[in-house]
Amino acid sequence: MPKTLFEKIWDSHVVAQEEGFPTVLYIDAHFIHEVTSPQAFNGLKNRGISVRSPSRVWATADHNVPTINQLLPIKDLLSRKQIETLEENCKDFGIELFGLGHPWQGIVHVIGPELGVTKPGMTIVCGDSHTSTHGAFGAVAFGIGTSEVEQVLASQTILQTKPKTMKIDVNGVLQKGVTAKDVILYIISKLSTSGGTGHFVEFTGSAIRGLSMEGRMTICNMSIEMGARGGMIAPDETTYKYMYGRTFSPKGSDWDKAVSFWKTLPSDKGAKFDRVESFDARDIEPMITYGTNPGMGININGQLPKINNQMSKSSKDQLLKSLDYMGLEEGQKMIGQHVDYVFFGSCTNSRIEDFREAAKILKGRKKAKNIIAILVPGSSQVAKQAKKEGLDKVFEEAGFELRESGCSSCLGFNDDKIPPGKYCVSTSNRNFEGRQGPGAKTMLVSPLTAAATAIKGCVTDPRIFIK
Amino acid sequence: MKKINIIRSTAIPIPIENIDTDQITPARFLKTTTKEGFGKILFNDWRYDQHGNLKEDFVLNNPKYKGTILVAGKNFGCGSSREHATWSLKDFGFQVVVSSFFADIFKSNALNNFLLPVTVSELFLQDLFYAIEEKSDVKIEVDLPNQHIRVPSHKMMEEFEISTYKKMCLMEGFDDIGYLLSMQKKTKKFELKRTNDYSLIGRI
Repeated sequence: MPKTLFEKIWDSHVVAQEEGFPTVLYIDAHFIHEVTSPQAFNGLKNRGISVRSPSRVWATADHNVPTINQLLPIKDLLSRKQIETLEENCKDFGIELFGLGHPWQGIVHVIGPELGVTKPGMTIVCGDSHTSTHGAFGAVAFGIGTSEVEQVLASQTILQTKPKTMKIDVNGVLQKGVTAKDVILYIISKLSTSGGTGHFVEFTGSAIRGLSMEGRMTICNMSIEMGARGGMIAPDETTYKYMYGRTFSPKGSDWDKAVSFWKTLPSDKGAKFDRVESFDARDIEPMITYGTNPGMGININGQLPKINNQMSKSSKDQLLKSLDYMGLEEGQKMIGQHVDYVFFGSCTNSRIEDFREAAKILKGRKKAKNIIAILVPGSSQVAKQAKKEGLDKVFEEAGFELRESGCSSCLGFNDDKIPPGKYCVSTSNRNFEGRQGPGAKTMLVSPLTAAATAIKGCVTDPRIFIK
Repeated sequence: MKKINIIRSTAIPIPIENIDTDQITPARFLKTTTKEGFGKILFNDWRYDQHGNLKEDFVLNNPKYKGTILVAGKNFGCGSSREHATWSLKDFGFQVVVSSFFADIFKSNALNNFLLPVTVSELFLQDLFYAIEEKSDVKIEVDLPNQHIRVPSHKMMEEFEISTYKKMCLMEGFDDIGYLLSMQKKTKKFELKRTNDYSLIGRI
């Protein structure tokens, strides 16, 4: 029977499937970080059990790290304790840590692919919902809670009910100035934040095939924002080219063997999905969110929805609550909307390509006076590479603050918060109330739109800067 | 964990859709290394103003509403996978969350912490909101063994689904680790039989 990419990987990782029980699924790689792991390690200690396979655990510090003077002792004592706890746990349980000061430190979903840890055909979990990012390589990757982190540490397996499968096809050629971020914001705006719940999504079609690995990661990263259990894209030459020669990629004859295996993974002809959605790439324009969930997005030149009688009471309530929080009016345009902050970063858009693209617009230009612009690279390696290519100069000359790597303002965990009431155009993934700090008003956009907005000082269509 | 059987309680309604885990437990409270004490910051930014004063219009601050059952709008628990959201709800005293739709990771986290997520139809959910609005101390019964939720005073009843395995866990007080560890022989066998595993390159 023809199988989908998802089914091939899932089926080849089933350890046991007993009548009346969920599947016992083997996990190839388990990423951990300081925020969702301490309670799991406490659980292991209380039970008196060890980490079953430390070599399958990959640890870094990202959520709670400062982005200035990372090598000095952390001022916030709670943050410091959390980082130290990760260090102790890794030491106690024999796990290698790419912590602060390590050349490989960075956002967990940036470093996995960058180091070549993430590979096609793998099962990958992490106590973080954006684990779906790794699906860009044709892996089954999904976010889990801390109880499940403990289960995987203890057994290298996880209990899961098999999700349904969904195919999202995007065909055609993307317009100039339209990026992977716009594609995924467009899809979520059409399917809603719960449109993919219960499903594992495979993204297909010529527009997806045409994306770089960075772009594919952006797409899969945000599949959780439509509620999907995970997102994935079949591996192809773009995947292999990106992976070749990376630290943990196979070498020599292993590489050839691996590639021939990976080539067996794409969905078979005639494989059935539980659900299929199709979009035309030509319909997609640069996108921006106006509300308080990632499904509330519109074409950057469009107008906000108006309350009408066809809306259900709950949709009306949600729209009114969002507009009230955001300080926006129904039916208004987003173009020209006042902005205070521009944030470049997060596991969605903090990779070298994101910065290269933004730098093309920023080169020789300056940010507007009313804007505070912060750029936080996704990893220490991205920061190093950006310097090597001279991108740091472009950003500095444009008036950006360049920080050290971490999750930063994406979730307002450390000191990098957007102040109450301030508008932030952000390349991150969530515009929930208070996500970037209590009272912060977030608008999600692509790196190009963020760059154009920084220059003009208000919401701006990036295409005016693209020839 | 405390076993679950039949829960009878009044309920606290939050008729808002897409309540994300950032609202349930804002990120800045996630700097701890234990699971305790999250109840006091449950829905922090909806519950308190920026000076830490109670916001009177929020339902958790309204003495009229009490109970161990939370009734919330569609797509409850979307967003971040943080289990801290579940710990907050549990620590505050909730035993059950009723909604017409739950986000996947939240649902797993809830079940793993013996917080029972009860999925009802949208129609039943709306009726439930009306019933609570009409009479804030309306009694609700969530019967796990028989898998139904009832509002006796309003003659409302609906069945809900839960996996046989998870139902057994909640009723008997089991968690998943015991089961997974009992499968270790099979896990070892799986590893030995495997081909095409490239995930440990550079590690061993």
